[in-house]
Amino acid sequence: MNNETIKKITSQRLFLPIFCLILVLLVNVITTPNFFSISIRDGVLYGYIIDIINRASELVILAIGMTLVVSASAGTDISVGAIMAVSAAVCCNILSGGERAVTEYASPLIVGFLAAIIVGVLIGCFNGFLVAKLNIQPMVATLIMFTAGRGIAQLITDGQITYVRVDSYRLLGASFDGIPIPTPFIVAVVMVAFTALLLSKTALGMYIQSVGINKKASSFIGIKSIFIIFLTYAYCGFCSGLSGLIASSRIYSADANNIGLNMELDAILAVAIGGNSLAGGKFSIAGSVIGAYTIQALTTTLYAMHVSSDQVPVYKAIVVVIIVALQSPGFARWRKSLAKKKSMNITQKEAA
Amino acid sequence: MEQNSVLEMRGIYKTFPGVKALQNVDFTLKKGEIHALMGENGAGKSTLIKVLTGVEEFETGQICIDGREGTIINHSPQEAQNNGISTVYQEVNLCPNLSVAENLFIGREPKKGGLIDWKTMNQRASDLLSSLDIHADVTKTIDNYSIAIQQMIAIARAVDMSAKVLILDEPTSSLDDSEVEKLFQLMTKLKNEGVGIIFVTHFLEQVYAVCDKITVLRNGQLVGEFTTAELPRVQLVAKMMGKDFDDLASIKGDTAKEFSENPEDITIKAVGLGKNGYIKPFDLVIHKGEVVGFTGLLGSGRSETVRLLYGAEKADTGELLVKGQKVVAKHPLTSMNAGMAYLPEDRKNEGIIADLSVRENLILALQAKRGIFHLLSKKQQEEYTDKYIQMLQVKTASRETTIKSLSGGNQQKVIIGRWLLTNPDFLILDEPTRGIDIGTKTEIQKLVLQLAEEGMAVVFISSEIEEMLRTCDRMVVMRDGAKVGELSGEDMNQSTIMSTIAGGH
Repeated sequence: MNNETIKKITSQRLFLPIFCLILVLLVNVITTPNFFSISIRDGVLYGYIIDIINRASELVILAIGMTLVVSASAGTDISVGAIMAVSAAVCCNILSGGERAVTEYASPLIVGFLAAIIVGVLIGCFNGFLVAKLNIQPMVATLIMFTAGRGIAQLITDGQITYVRVDSYRLLGASFDGIPIPTPFIVAVVMVAFTALLLSKTALGMYIQSVGINKKASSFIGIKSIFIIFLTYAYCGFCSGLSGLIASSRIYSADANNIGLNMELDAILAVAIGGNSLAGGKFSIAGSVIGAYTIQALTTTLYAMHVSSDQVPVYKAIVVVIIVALQSPGFARWRKSLAKKKSMNITQKEAA
Repeated sequence: MEQNSVLEMRGIYKTFPGVKALQNVDFTLKKGEIHALMGENGAGKSTLIKVLTGVEEFETGQICIDGREGTIINHSPQEAQNNGISTVYQEVNLCPNLSVAENLFIGREPKKGGLIDWKTMNQRASDLLSSLDIHADVTKTIDNYSIAIQQMIAIARAVDMSAKVLILDEPTSSLDDSEVEKLFQLMTKLKNEGVGIIFVTHFLEQVYAVCDKITVLRNGQLVGEFTTAELPRVQLVAKMMGKDFDDLASIKGDTAKEFSENPEDITIKAVGLGKNGYIKPFDLVIHKGEVVGFTGLLGSGRSETVRLLYGAEKADTGELLVKGQKVVAKHPLTSMNAGMAYLPEDRKNEGIIADLSVRENLILALQAKRGIFHLLSKKQQEEYTDKYIQMLQVKTASRETTIKSLSGGNQQKVIIGRWLLTNPDFLILDEPTRGIDIGTKTEIQKLVLQLAEEGMAVVFISSEIEEMLRTCDRMVVMRDGAKVGELSGEDMNQSTIMSTIAGGH
């Protein structure tokens, strides 16, 4: 490979995010030799890699919504984790008919799912109204649901964990008979594909970036800036509602205190690791998705290395700092000046 | 270094991707000299300044400065300042909520026992300002003062940091005549104290009013250094453009056009349109194929009036008819669908979408008009872009270049193209020629006349009355937020306009 091709590859927007993901995975080649082995147990794919793509699904879906919110409003939606808890509570409560543990549905499954998604969208709309129409700073506006969300979930479930012990309720978080791929992964792939289509087949993607870069100029050329920002929050609410359902299905219950806990931070991080600027404007969904998988790969790697779960955040933080620093403009400048010095040294030597 | 030189730049090269921004450029500044740096957009003026002040790195060349051994390379504006080079930009970089004194001494406040010594600071600030004949209360916050005073305070700050070289980048763009006069007095004072001043401007009159030397750049190359007194204006313009240009005065035909009053030939009709506290109610008729100019002093309500017409601000009285149809603009999109287009005055903050490509910037208005579900195909987008890049002669590396990396004039062309693409009946151009070189100015004026010829109604606003006299069929005069007169035909001349603006006769 000559220098030109290398340059071409490294200048790609997604080079660094992909590079970081590969780096994290490569560590396992040395530390955990069986990391990449995949087997089939009980008709389902099994292995560390499968675990990563399965466990990352909620985060991937959240990261999609978060990317759009960040792009359009140059702010973050910190209520996504709380929305997950509310959506799980709504779904389980409807399916259980108000009981705290059931073995049969009180209402059809689809009603529970739809209600949960609708509640997610409604909370998103509320956030969107505060940010887009009332012009409240995104972090402050979504702080309201961040604090109130888990309280609302507790209210719905009377402050107890609500169990739905029906096999079909576990399908969304596990896998269907005869399909070896985990359902959450399929849902995540569908969501990514759907969003990508939505952004590329309509002018929505272009509008979101335009509004994120210059809201006023966008309004003057006929883009309804306020509505576009509102829409991204509503969509983020939709993504959060869906994630909440998956998380709830995994544990066939609604645990208002723990579902989606701290997920908002991982989602924001996924957007940043994906090379997206948190100042809004241009974005890459692919970047955020890679970011989400990187975070999950990191967590799984640490577990594979037998790091205890209470120490994981420390190691995770160290790696995240390195990844973010690698992509920072400051590091790029430093690398550039280093390369320049090197080439100057060479020319000086040649001259000598 | 030559004697008396305060700054010498030799053989400067700078390349941006796809563009040779500077090729072997020399520049010499002497002590106590006001030196104009002239050139069209994209000539390399800004790049030269950026290279000098450390905003951009250059590839080869030397910079020498008086009082420093050997050559210097500035890596940041801060370093340039330490080397005695200070810059005052068109957009003043002061903190509006801090006091004048704080702004003057920010980052180098006089201290006593680790705390800021307010008394000394205020005293030194007022001494400094009075030594430069700037009248301002140093304890008041900066936002109490006009842009002109703010600019002078920025200059005072630069000078106080022992600047040997003072760069003024388009300082007069947003000043009125009397303010410009004051600025010139300050410049002359500094010049007499031995400061070397680099003056970047588009206004020829100002160059001849105040500058000793002129250095002309064209396409990143040095055309030459000239003594102002020995270079006639026509020759300066010819050197900047590198060609004989059309005599500006003869763009428009001499005969006044007649406009029919048939309802179908009236594009815009405003009846008692106004907004409380913004613009007093006014009547206005604009015919098909007519170019109407708005004139008046800064703050007289020119821009506000067109904003009301376009619906960027909502009127609270009166009504607006576009081609006989009543239009109530809830959103600019309503106006666009009625056939209107509006190029705002503030290109950077209200015009361009800086991080998007030339292509996206060009097609966005048409896309918005079509609606979100009718995305223009990539092929269509590229065709339109190529067409307008060619038609308006936009200088860009490619259609995917981000618009912010284009020069001001080329950015303006792209966003004018953006509106032409929507095929409007009524085009509002608010200061389309501000901060743009003479060549592009002429092109834009010609374009306006050509569009009018094809039947478009155009509003054209410019701070330069001469430019409007050449382009407009009729002039609307504004004063203190109200329309005070309309001039056309014989009455449309500089002295009548001036007396109408002044009023009270």
